[in-house]
Amino acid sequence: MEALKDFFRKDLVQYIIKRILMFIPTLLLISVLVFFVIQLPPGDYVSAQISALASEGELVDADYAAAMRADYGLDLPVWQQYVKWIKDIIWTPTDSPYYRLYHSHHNWKYSFAYGRDVWSVVNERLGLTIAVTGIIMIFQYLVSIPIAVYASTHQYSAGDYISSIIGFLGTAIPNFILAIVLMYLSYKWTGSANVGLFSQEMLKNGVHLYNFGEFMKRMIIPIIVIGTSGTCGIIRSVRAQMLDEVARQYTLTARAKGVSEGKIVMKYCFRAAMNPTVSGLGGVLSSLFSGSTVTAMVLNMQIQGPVLFKALQSQDMYLAGAIVMVQAVLVVIGILLSDIALAFLDPRIRYSGGGR
Amino acid sequence: MAKKKTKEDYYLASQWTLMARKLKKHKLAKVSFIILAILYIAALFADFLAPYGLEDFDGLYKNSAPVQIHTVYEGENVGPYIYKLTKTINKTDFTITMSEDTSEYYKIKFFVHGVPYKIFGLLPCDLHLFGVSDGSKGGTGAKIFLFGADSLGRDIFSRVLLGARISLTIPFASAIISFFLGIAIGSVSGYFGGVIDIVIQRIIEVIGAVPQIPLWMALSAAIPPGISTIKMYFYMTLILSFINWTGMARVVRGKFLSLKNEDYVMAARLSGVSTWKIIWKHLVPGFMSYLIVSMTLGIPGSIVGETSMSYLGLGIKSPATSWGVLLQEASSVTDVASRPHKLIPIIFVTITVLAFNFLGDGLRDAADPYK
Repeated sequence: MEALKDFFRKDLVQYIIKRILMFIPTLLLISVLVFFVIQLPPGDYVSAQISALASEGELVDADYAAAMRADYGLDLPVWQQYVKWIKDIIWTPTDSPYYRLYHSHHNWKYSFAYGRDVWSVVNERLGLTIAVTGIIMIFQYLVSIPIAVYASTHQYSAGDYISSIIGFLGTAIPNFILAIVLMYLSYKWTGSANVGLFSQEMLKNGVHLYNFGEFMKRMIIPIIVIGTSGTCGIIRSVRAQMLDEVARQYTLTARAKGVSEGKIVMKYCFRAAMNPTVSGLGGVLSSLFSGSTVTAMVLNMQIQGPVLFKALQSQDMYLAGAIVMVQAVLVVIGILLSDIALAFLDPRIRYSGGGR
Repeated sequence: MAKKKTKEDYYLASQWTLMARKLKKHKLAKVSFIILAILYIAALFADFLAPYGLEDFDGLYKNSAPVQIHTVYEGENVGPYIYKLTKTINKTDFTITMSEDTSEYYKIKFFVHGVPYKIFGLLPCDLHLFGVSDGSKGGTGAKIFLFGADSLGRDIFSRVLLGARISLTIPFASAIISFFLGIAIGSVSGYFGGVIDIVIQRIIEVIGAVPQIPLWMALSAAIPPGISTIKMYFYMTLILSFINWTGMARVVRGKFLSLKNEDYVMAARLSGVSTWKIIWKHLVPGFMSYLIVSMTLGIPGSIVGETSMSYLGLGIKSPATSWGVLLQEASSVTDVASRPHKLIPIIFVTITVLAFNFLGDGLRDAADPYK
């Protein structure tokens, strides 16, 4: 109860509001970067379409191409395209045709390749992407924190080296190869390659409690492949933090008082070492999105990575932009949450006005 | 007396000596350093060590497994030799079986003349470390494919060595570029503070918030198709540096914030030393070791990233070859199941990444020499 009361204290609320306000310019800058990046590939969707048509023997005249460009708004200067893009995302007025069609105030524009609203394409896989990422993230912390704690309390021992090597292997083997090898082993041992997140039956009836086990079974390979690719970073930072804390004077004092070794590690050092781990949450989330992109393509997972890849290839810029933007926003939310958790855990941060 | 001498040594030793001394204690780091040295030297002399060139192929050897080396021929020890392969087609189900043609043997020879190349791109030469001679009965055409061949009948061993030149140097080159970018931008941010600092910090935050691989994919998609190998190399290096400098800048800024109010900086400023000279002569050397650590730890991520991108066809493209390009051959379960030798390049990727990680860890432990 005391903790809850503490949570709603004024300084904490102020800190949170300040933090949220600081993220608005960050988000705007991200949108500029994203738009710049999706503009970079030479040509645009129209030229990609024209060359696709040309390869089928159809010729498109210049007037038609220009009309198409005007139709998509691709004939405007880049900065105007950006302003229009971001304005429509933030707020599309009620009297616009878009609102009348989709009843949404956030127009993410039109996916050229899918021929429909970008948001409907993104939304299709958003929930699953978040769920899969969340599950893998939990796995990562469950695996790497014990390894790190063990390695730090047994520095330079065989166990330290072996556990570090195992932790690092996941990072060292590129995701796509690990995925293929595991698929092969799964096929050899169980007779099914477990490709994709859903079985035929699940696609027909949806995921329910009775087939959730099957879903989790299909999650095993993605969890191992994507999960282990990030453990290295977490192990390294937790281990380093723990080593710092173990060497501190208060540890010596506690030991001198006769506190048991396990209690020193878990109640004193571990708690102090958790702070930087919590603050690294945003980075972990970002690397998970990175890791899952390539793996999802190999394993045919129904998350956003493969859609992004195709969108980039076919110059479907608004779709690509929306996906990168959504992932970046999720990372920013992750950073925000970790900052709030940190302020809650460590009073020094909110008193000093905080921050990185 | 002897003990006092070592103690004096300890206090008089330069930071680098102390680091080197401490690094030697970290056994994994020491081993890693040796492994990396071997790999880089092998990449430097790849033309000489590889028996074949990058594009040499032999249709007969398509997808063939690693060559078997024998020593005893018909009860007589003739030294290491190999057999040529023969192809037999089963007339009923049209399956192709490859087998060794044991009618004659081909001796393995060292320092043979083969495909011409240029040492460091300058001196023309055709000497290779090893190769096979003509057969014992005058036959020709045996190939020594230590790691087997790919789907076009090219030597995987040679291609791993030649691909290492790209896979090992792109991450390294970009680490060096981001090293300088990071120092320049981070020092400006930390030294001047104020509005400049806030702006630079936002930019770093933004680049850090966009997930790397999607950012990378988008940037790689921007590389125009059909450009020369050197240009492609240049683009990849730039992309990597663009993504990686932020971490370095963050470290530099943090160090600057803690060091810029030290007395010796104030003294330098009062004696009229210029700002850039203070940064480069007085501040940067003070935390160079930390920078080298974070540079080393940045390289493995880039190696895996380059491999993934090349694998997806977004990075290095044929005819240029990196380890990622080689792994495109192992893109399906069938390849892994029936031709596991195509996974050999992965061993090199894994060992390199592990070695850089351990070396970085060792350096980090050593960077604080008085601890």
